[in-house]
Parts: sequence; structure tokens; C-alpha cells
Amino acid sequence: MADTNETLKRTPLHALHLELGAKMVPFSGYDMPVQYPSGILKEHLHTREKAGLFDVSHMGQAFLSGADPARALEKVTPADVVGLKPGMQRYGLLLNDSGTIKDDFMFTKLVGEDALYLVVNAGTKDGDFAYIAEKLKGIATLEPRPDRALLALQGPAAGAVLERHSPGIDKLTFMKVVRCTVAGAPAIVSRSGYTGEDGFEISIEAVHAERVARSLLREPEVLPIGLGARDSLRLEAGLCLYGHDIDETTDPAEANLVWSIAKRRKMDRDFPAAERIMDRIFNGTPKKRVGFRPDGRAPAREGTEIANKSGKIIGKITSGGFGPSLNAPIAMGYVDTAFAADGTEVDLIVRGKPLPARVAPMPFVPHRYRRAI
Amino acid sequence: MSEVRFTDQHEWVRVDGDEATVGITKYAAEQLGDVVFVELPEAGRKVGAGGEAAVVESVKAASEVYAPVGGEVTANNPDLTGDPAKVNADPEGEGWFFKLKLADKAEFARLMTKQQYDEFVKGL
Repeated sequence: MADTNETLKRTPLHALHLELGAKMVPFSGYDMPVQYPSGILKEHLHTREKAGLFDVSHMGQAFLSGADPARALEKVTPADVVGLKPGMQRYGLLLNDSGTIKDDFMFTKLVGEDALYLVVNAGTKDGDFAYIAEKLKGIATLEPRPDRALLALQGPAAGAVLERHSPGIDKLTFMKVVRCTVAGAPAIVSRSGYTGEDGFEISIEAVHAERVARSLLREPEVLPIGLGARDSLRLEAGLCLYGHDIDETTDPAEANLVWSIAKRRKMDRDFPAAERIMDRIFNGTPKKRVGFRPDGRAPAREGTEIANKSGKIIGKITSGGFGPSLNAPIAMGYVDTAFAADGTEVDLIVRGKPLPARVAPMPFVPHRYRRAI
Repeated sequence: MSEVRFTDQHEWVRVDGDEATVGITKYAAEQLGDVVFVELPEAGRKVGAGGEAAVVESVKAASEVYAPVGGEVTANNPDLTGDPAKVNADPEGEGWFFKLKLADKAEFARLMTKQQYDEFVKGL
């Protein structure tokens, strides 16, 4: 254990996590806080009730510049990048040549700037950056920014809290982005996140990270939140965790992420493996990603087999656990499409025994994004 | 006169005559975090020393609970089904998992004393 810990990377907030009493675990090559002394349950519920501060500095930040970086980026994603208005952020899938999912990411067009700002997953960032640079060679230049930290402030009190450190920021609505200052530090702030709650992601230079985090943590509404609660929050929100719910064996159609493919892109069929993906959108896929609500209280974890009522294996859970806000177990996974309709009764094979469950709509907990003032 | 002993899998067992009460240690409860579900053995089930006897699940993971000593299960803690958080609140008291009729006292004698277990935990 000691050997592997020595090779783990640290975010600019590592010392602060230790000072706050965090329990640290290896995650995507980083030594990260899984929980603080308040514990996952309390951290989860506190985020839904007030506000939680997350260190997501392990994620990959980069700028993409060139003559037309939006047009260039469309070579590797089926999202509408060209049509993204200045001051807006959008979710996209990074596709490989066979049309399966290399990563999911956020891209932003900042007001008055030509370069696009990208945020990709921690575990995939090196591969993503190399892939994007290679695919867009000669038309766009990718500049990774490991010198930047990323904080997420999430929860219904996030707007009021951040307003105290960045006057005017609470006027920003969902998926809008500005450059501003937070506690005096130059920042890129988006009204978005990955918990299903209203909130912000705050990109700042690493040197300012600890001071900004401390300023936000001093607010009475804010608790530090670890990766444990981040996972249960995103699962309740029905959001995919890359490497678990989506990966290079799944495509946008079976992953139920077709909403992230723009209409223009579907018409033009100009993204990786477009013909194959369009065929799967129109003709269906053998399996589909859906949500599950197990009966009772026993959670069904990742890797749990899903059986139909005759005992035939029809799929597998890709994320599963306990939803603190529902006080009940929840899961998502892939099943044969014949069993993907909401309400379908299935069995989840937990420790060799069938645990009755139903296919359930996601999100499990309604999103509460700030879509309008 | 009862005596408590401990396993390297972080179970405790209290023996009173030939009745053994089993639970997980304070250290185990802290490591697990908030317990949200327990699966307990039914009365009448025979378990061997070191055999899987129960399951405890926190928000983040599931863990097996092993029987520190062998015997026949005589009762399980009905309070844990409705209120699994009791495991965190009082792991070595009200948060007990199950009771069994001790088959072999020698198995008990081989387990760690409180002092040995505390030393063991310190070394982790």
C-alpha cells in the first residue's frame, strides 16, 4: 500500500483535505478524499439541503485553440460545438473511430475568446488529450492546464454562498459560464455540476485554490464533500460515471445518451462512426442503459447480474448502491432491450440470491438546476 | 462472568456460559462508514469458525462478517433490520449481529484479547 501511495498524484487541496480529517483513497491516480469526518450519508444529505464543496481538481482542464476550434472539435464529438453560444457550456461525448465512448466531457465557449475550454475525466485525461491532439493535428492545438484547480460548489445554498465571494454570480443560469473573480482570484465559473443540484464549478489557478476553498468552507452553509457522496449524488441524479456506466465497449445509443447528439450532426452524419451509430439509433440496440429500484434495503453493487423472472441472465449492473435521499437502494445498468421498459420486474442476483427489482425512470431524484432567475 | 475476544477480521465475540454474541468492532464500523443494510443469519443455521455468517453494507461497499467461533445461531438482532445505523452508534453493544451456541470453547480461547486486538489495530 505504501508503495502505491507514493506514486499517487495530489491536487492543490491535498494538505487541506488532511487537515480537515479526510479519509484518503486512490482514485484515478490521485490521493483523494472519499469522505470527511461527517461521513458519506451526512455529506450527501447536506449537499441536497444546503451546500457542499468538492475538490475536482483531478479532472483534466484544457484549452483548444486554432482557426476554428469548434469545427475541429466536432471531428471527435457528435455534440453541437459550432452552434454553442458565447458564455455557454455543453456536455459532449468523445467518440473513438468505432463510435464507442472514449470519454464524456464538458466544453465551453467563453465570451470574447476564440479558444474552447474543456473539462474531461481524471482517469482518462492523458489518453483524451493525446487523442484529441492527434485527431486535430494541423487544425487545432490542445493546451492541457494542469496548473488549474477545479472546485464544485453544489446545493440549493450554492448561489447565495458564492454571491458573497463573487458579487453578481447568482444571476448566472444553468450551463452559463463567465470569467470573474472568486474571493479575489481570477476564475472561470459555470453554473453546472454533477450532483443534480443547482451549483457551480469554479476553475482557478492552483496557487489560489486553498485560499478560495477555505473562504467557501468558512460559510456556515458549506461542508467539504468527498468522492463517496459525489458518487451517491450523481447516481441519484441518474448521471453516468465514465469507466463504469459508459466506456469503450458502449456507444451513445445503448447508453441512452442520444440527447447529446445534436440534430444537425444527425442530419450531416459527420461524426465518428456516424453511419453505425445512426443505424443503432433508428433500429435499436440489443441492450440499453436503464435505472433499477431494488425492493427492500439491500444494495446491488456494480457487477451484479440481472435476471428475468425465469432466471435467465439479461444484463449487468454498472453502478449500484444506496441513495441516501431516497433512503433506498438504487442502481443503473444494461439489460436486453426487451426488458428495458419502466416497471419491468427483474431479479438482481445478490450473493447468489435473486433480489426483486423494477426498471425505474432516471433521475431517481429530480434535478434542481437553476434554469431561470 | 462474560469475556470478550476479537478476530483479525474485526469481529468481536462475547461469551457467557455457552452463549456467544457476535458483532463488528468500533474500528470496523468506523472503516465501513454509515451502515445502511445488514443481512443476518437465521436462528438454527450452523456456522463454522471463520465462515461467512452475515453481511454489512455501508453507502460505499458490502463486507462479509465471519463467525469468530462455530456453533448454531440462536438469535439475530431484530433492531438492525429497521435501524442499521445502530451498528455505527454502538457497534460493541446495541449493534450486535447474532448470538450462537458455542460448539467448542477452544476456538474462543484462540482469539485475540482486547489488549492484543488494540495492538493489532494500532499496527494497521
